[in-house]
Amino acid sequence: MARRLDLAARHAFPASITILLMLLTEAPFGIVDQTSLLPAVALASVWFWSLYRPAAMSPPVVFAIGLLLDLLDWLPIGTGVLALLIVHGIALRSRRTLGRHGFALVWLAFAVVAAGAATLEWAATAVLTWRLVPPGAMLFQAVLSAALYPALAILFARAHRSIANPERA
Amino acid sequence: MIHLSIPARQALAKLTLPVLVAASFGLMLLGKADAVLADRARIAFADAMAPIYAVLAAPLGNLRAGIANTAGLWDLRATNAHLRTQNEELRRWQSVALALDAENRRLKAELHWIPDPAPTYVTARVVADAGGVYAKAVLLSVGPHHGIKRGEIALDARGLVGRVTEVGARSARVLLITDLNSRIPVVLEGSGAHAIMVGTNGPWPRLLYWPEGSPPREGEHVVTGAETGTFPANLPVGTVHYTSAHVAEVEPAALLDRLEIVRIFDYGLNGIVPPEAAKPLPDWHG
Repeated sequence: MARRLDLAARHAFPASITILLMLLTEAPFGIVDQTSLLPAVALASVWFWSLYRPAAMSPPVVFAIGLLLDLLDWLPIGTGVLALLIVHGIALRSRRTLGRHGFALVWLAFAVVAAGAATLEWAATAVLTWRLVPPGAMLFQAVLSAALYPALAILFARAHRSIANPERA
Repeated sequence: MIHLSIPARQALAKLTLPVLVAASFGLMLLGKADAVLADRARIAFADAMAPIYAVLAAPLGNLRAGIANTAGLWDLRATNAHLRTQNEELRRWQSVALALDAENRRLKAELHWIPDPAPTYVTARVVADAGGVYAKAVLLSVGPHHGIKRGEIALDARGLVGRVTEVGARSARVLLITDLNSRIPVVLEGSGAHAIMVGTNGPWPRLLYWPEGSPPREGEHVVTGAETGTFPANLPVGTVHYTSAHVAEVEPAALLDRLEIVRIFDYGLNGIVPPEAAKPLPDWHG
């Protein structure tokens, strides 16, 4: 019983840490442009866990995280969901190729994917609200996502080997 | 639990992603068709989170104040000297203001002026940014039975902050004057000319549509105009500033990027309050 609980906890870790971090980015820290942290954290987390632990970051989980992103970020409903599902799909497809390479290439690939996701969110927001939203925020989000990834990846990689590792249960 | 054969299960697993991608498009359509539902979901979520953020706000605020205090210790002497001279100056202005206030009251009494009704207000703490990447808004934590209504006006200690666009049971959302959807009738205090202040999502909103012949002057004070019935007249908004490209902008008087506490005023105005979810984004342009 304890072992099954332990396994379940380890299995739920990626989704839980993602949601927790997303809620934390909205806490009143008083950082300027703090809102751009939310999509950056969501993107980095979905990318990392889809690459290294796809069993725990399944499409329904990604869907739920995307919905949370839309609600928290006041984006038109569905845009964050779509962007994260696409990021998840790309991560799944490139798992085998990227897995053979080092961290630098994974990071570079993420930077490209994050820029694509930011562009998609921006375009979908513009179409759904029928307004040309200034692209500055999109660029900032893409750059911030790429810049934040190494820090989050170190944290996640540690968890991946220790507390989130089902083989250690 | 339904037991499926391994190939069937694999096929099902492969189908999940495309089905969910299709579902996300469905969500977009749903959100577009029924914006009320989406807004209700958001504000219900904000209601759940607001008390948690409100609890976090106090210690985080203390931490920030502590850091600012420590940083302030470095230039204590210079700050002190600066504050002393400023205090002297403000005392002079205070005596001027008191004299003017007395004169104003006397003149109003002579004219049998009908005083404006004193507005009621609620003070609330700003607990989170509720704008996201493409909007400028803040979330307020308010107690139950707060009585805040949509369209009411938010001010901080210095000037106009924005208007209430969504109200929940324990939270309210204020769209800032810098938001892309914000259109505010203003009056240039020097010339008395009317203009519209348009948000750009940047820190400084733009001035548009002033009458020909009375362009806004650099440093001129900007106050709200009462012409649409959405704002009372003469709330401080900011000062005019020209960019290097000669675009007239308003430097907001309110500290919009460091909002901690705002007051929500009920002026009893119901000019143009947007119908709930007439547009996908909560907006209030006239």
